[in-house]
Amino acid sequence: MNSLYNFAVGPLAWAAFIILAVTAVWRLWSMYNLAKQKDASSVAYMSWQFSLRSIVNWLIPYNSLGWKTNPVLTAVTFIFHICFVVLVIFVTPHQILLENAFGITYPTLSSEAADVLTLITIACCCYFVYRRVTNVTVRYVTRSNDWISLGLVAAPLVTALLGSWGVGGEIMPLLHVLTAEALIVAIPFTRLAHILFALFTRAYIGSEFGGVRHCKDW
Amino acid sequence: MSIQDRKIDDEGLAYGVSKLTTDKIQQTFNALINNETGAKLKAFSETCMRCGMCAEACHFFVSHGNDPSYAPVGKVSQTMSKLLADNGKVTPDDIYGMAQIAYTECNLCRRCVHYCPIGIDVAYIMTTIRRFCHKLGVTPQYIQDTAHSHSATMNQMWVKDDEWIDSLFWQEDEAREEFPGLRIPMDKEGADFYYSVIAPEPKFRTQLIYQAAAIMNQAGCDWTMPSMPGWDNSDMCMYSGDFEMMGRLKRQHYELAQNLKVSRIVMGECGHAFRSIYDNGNRWLGYKDYPVPVVHSIEFFAELFEQGKIKLTGKIQEPVTIHDPCNIIRGYGLMDKLRYVAHQLCDNIVEMYPNREHNFCCSAGGGVINCGPPFKKVRVEGNLAKANQLKATGAKICIAPCHNCHGGLEDIIHHYDLGIELKFLGDLIYELMEKPE
Repeated sequence: MNSLYNFAVGPLAWAAFIILAVTAVWRLWSMYNLAKQKDASSVAYMSWQFSLRSIVNWLIPYNSLGWKTNPVLTAVTFIFHICFVVLVIFVTPHQILLENAFGITYPTLSSEAADVLTLITIACCCYFVYRRVTNVTVRYVTRSNDWISLGLVAAPLVTALLGSWGVGGEIMPLLHVLTAEALIVAIPFTRLAHILFALFTRAYIGSEFGGVRHCKDW
Repeated sequence: MSIQDRKIDDEGLAYGVSKLTTDKIQQTFNALINNETGAKLKAFSETCMRCGMCAEACHFFVSHGNDPSYAPVGKVSQTMSKLLADNGKVTPDDIYGMAQIAYTECNLCRRCVHYCPIGIDVAYIMTTIRRFCHKLGVTPQYIQDTAHSHSATMNQMWVKDDEWIDSLFWQEDEAREEFPGLRIPMDKEGADFYYSVIAPEPKFRTQLIYQAAAIMNQAGCDWTMPSMPGWDNSDMCMYSGDFEMMGRLKRQHYELAQNLKVSRIVMGECGHAFRSIYDNGNRWLGYKDYPVPVVHSIEFFAELFEQGKIKLTGKIQEPVTIHDPCNIIRGYGLMDKLRYVAHQLCDNIVEMYPNREHNFCCSAGGGVINCGPPFKKVRVEGNLAKANQLKATGAKICIAPCHNCHGGLEDIIHHYDLGIELKFLGDLIYELMEKPE
């Protein structure tokens, strides 16, 4: 079991990150080229100023019409994304892996704090599930991809929490690493691709609204 | 809960669909995806998280008891998402429904952009569906008729060249009784601007040409109106999906200014025509900006007031509200200028909420009203939201500086019995300005 774990956090993790890096760069690069080739009349209006204006305004909770109209979802969305990023960077085991690989050290979360944040993030996922089932519009447009993406995100969180509570013994940390690697590899090919593209779609519509439509897009 | 449950008989759609096969649909879809769409559609399709936040943005959704099949994402789900998932292998019957959604249940108003954290442009996706339906020959009969008129006459209403000129002479003649010496200068080379209108003006709102001539005359403008095709700035081809024709129309409109050697074009109070010159038609022709300066009537009237060229005898005292037309407000940011002009004319402006770039569409725009009587009920009932907005203001007059908005709002005011009078800015300026004794 130990050697399997070492393999998972060693070569397999390297493989996952390399696959992510290569496919992400490939997806972004091919999307950029496609845009240049086929959407020149849109690319022409891209502007740093209006892109950043749009991104910043949408990063402020309850600033846009969409955020204001969906108060609970807004809170959950912001909490989920912030907690997820904080957990990925600041839990001690992740820092140790980075230290072992690259010698990077920085302050980390206590295990209690990490557990609380993980619980909150899982609760956010539960809300997403609840909303996907109970909100008529969301249910109407939900397809298997949406469940797969949610499952991919939730799995490493659940296994991390169970592992931290000692449930399942040695198998749980291994499952955590494997599900996290599945998530990493899946990013460019599932709905999670919004991690790669959302900033650019936001920047594009921000540029259109700023440069062509002369009004705000939030 | 699906377009299949609410299909409306339309001869154009039925005829188009009768000639389709699944193979032809698939071939056409693949050609569209390979040749005409690119990263925008791909990124929008892949990045949409199906969160449903856009639903509340849409007047069709909120006016239909939150029926998800009217939500922007619901409409995309029944059209583009289905086509992409099935690689274009759908039935002719599916195409009927997709065309009905894209042409008659979305005004391309872009209100939903304000609700989408990712910035997905549903109007672009619906426009692409329309383009696809156009290529398949599946278009609602009425809007296709206007597109045919554009192709045959370069105007939307089958107005013949001599009828157009006669209409101008007629209005000039009528107006000279009230304004002695008034001219509608025709084809005057080197004038400051030429004034372009949409073809429904000579066809059935001819008094608007009279009013415009009166305003130009009183303001002492150096202007002209063209006798040649290109005078019609409207563009239903942009909405039917006939982009080749859209390009021809816009080129003619711009080139007319160059032929007349005028400094700029002033466009009448129309929304979609303006969209076609700053957003769609110019892009199709490869112009990032106008090849000839173009100003909308709102900008033009604001200029006249700023320069003190219009003298008024008084202002409207009754409560007046302002409808913000999507294509010039959310589309071009003229909300402050519109308010500046409105406040010049009225003492008691009551804003309706949400307003400015967040305003609800009139439900006529995007070519929806041009799809004709079969779909009237859908758009009128689909805009209870607007009726409630109008009612809440308590205003007796509503300013709507757009032809399509007038058509749509008239129907809504009538259907919901709101007792509100609709006005163009030009109506109010003409009514209030100083006239010869």
